[in-house]
Amino acid sequence: MADFFAFQFMRYALIAGLMVSVMCALISSFVVLKRLSFLGAGISHAAFGGVALGVLLGINPLYSALGFTWVLTMIIGYVSRKGHLSEDTAIGIAYVAAMALGTIFLGFARSYNFDVFGYLFGNILAVTETDLHITAALGAVVLAALGLFHKELVFLAFDEEMAQVVGLPVRFLYYMLLSVMALTVVIAIKVVGIVLVSALLVLPGATSLQLTKNIVPMVALSLVCGLASTLSGLYLSYTLDLASGATIVLTATVLFGVAMVVSPRRRQMS
Amino acid sequence: MGHQTVLEFRDVWVQRGGKYVLRAINLAVPPGSVFGLIGPNGSGKTTLLKVALHLLTPVRGEVLLFGKPWHAHPGWGPAVGYTPQHHLHLPQFPVSVRQVVQMGRYGKAGLGRPLRRADKAVVERCLEMVGISALAKRPIDELSGGQKQRVFIARALAAEPQLLILDEPTAGVDSQARSQFYELLRDLQQRLGLTVILATHDIGMVLEYCNLVGCLNETLTVHETENRDALLRHLQTIYDSSHVVFIHEHGG
Repeated sequence: MADFFAFQFMRYALIAGLMVSVMCALISSFVVLKRLSFLGAGISHAAFGGVALGVLLGINPLYSALGFTWVLTMIIGYVSRKGHLSEDTAIGIAYVAAMALGTIFLGFARSYNFDVFGYLFGNILAVTETDLHITAALGAVVLAALGLFHKELVFLAFDEEMAQVVGLPVRFLYYMLLSVMALTVVIAIKVVGIVLVSALLVLPGATSLQLTKNIVPMVALSLVCGLASTLSGLYLSYTLDLASGATIVLTATVLFGVAMVVSPRRRQMS
Repeated sequence: MGHQTVLEFRDVWVQRGGKYVLRAINLAVPPGSVFGLIGPNGSGKTTLLKVALHLLTPVRGEVLLFGKPWHAHPGWGPAVGYTPQHHLHLPQFPVSVRQVVQMGRYGKAGLGRPLRRADKAVVERCLEMVGISALAKRPIDELSGGQKQRVFIARALAAEPQLLILDEPTAGVDSQARSQFYELLRDLQQRLGLTVILATHDIGMVLEYCNLVGCLNETLTVHETENRDALLRHLQTIYDSSHVVFIHEHGG
């Protein structure tokens, strides 16, 4: 265990993993309650286009992914809210288009030393000090937004029309929630990768919903689930020499399976 | 109050999916009325209520609440309470009865601010008024249909409305709970001086509890319940005959 912390890259990985799992766990309650799981998957795949754009332009892919993903998320949100397209159709089209665009960008960039695999499936050991600073800053924004508007977001998820009738700015709240999701996804990419990140936006909340009957313990328990799966996933990946992002996601999935089995009410997630 | 009308529609036309679902709606609901909105499935009852609540925008015409359009009301909008046609977005949504009723207060509390002690007192009073104080800590999904409906009434009342709009409030509620519910509604309406607008299929209850009845089928015709013969003749034209036999038994 001691040699686990001996390397600096391992300490960075651990700090990044913990920060990301806190953000993902907190937002996952709202993702599950507002039924935004598929949107989460769409946002994370869309980020591939943003990462590739950064490679093409020769800037830090994290910055280009932030801008690209946020804009695309707003477009998906706008189109599905206007009702011209159903939400799943809008997401289904947008994320595949973004991935295709990303592939074209990478082709133009002809950058052979770019680690596509790391971005797709996570490369937590490549986390740099700069990444940690960006993660901490954006994490603070996410926490502040969720903390400040938590009661309104619960209402939005529970009954959006009624929230509008009592005078809440539902459109602002909806786009804010989407923005926070986009930020979280982009930050989490280094840790678990584009393909796996959407799992972290769903699993902690889905697991704790199996075991709790109120929003307050639900959020608290999803935080515990998120941290537990990241810590044990990282440790397992280190000791068994497995891919870290995949191990974290599988650990969270196992936790969810256990919660389903022991759930007092055997809730259906449909 | 001092307004001539609580809710007024002036030549309102509404389109959904490229088709007119409401045509040339004119309506004036005076303060203190209990207005029953009836009509066959798909006649536009929910649409009309959503237009009144500013959730849908008409393509033509004007909607006034307490004599003014929705946006002309300062702060958190006009004093309107609403209970949607009941179905939970997510059946096992993890909130307690008290938390649901508190939501009705969020507009008044202000964005990003916790509820004040005065807001919480209003919530407790609303729970008590509809007789569900004992259920306050229970998860909402463990309640019966009738109990849930009381929770949603309490949430609407928590905004301290002058107008209460209810969409099919007794759908999925058993018949005994249904008459108790209408008694509660009458009691609240008189105690708080509310104006009530409710959409329902329950024609018997409308004849018993409402003083105005709107028959909707793309267009709207309003009758006073006192003028029973004209109302029943009209009902006969919009519902099939079997339905009207039921109305006669129930109402007369």
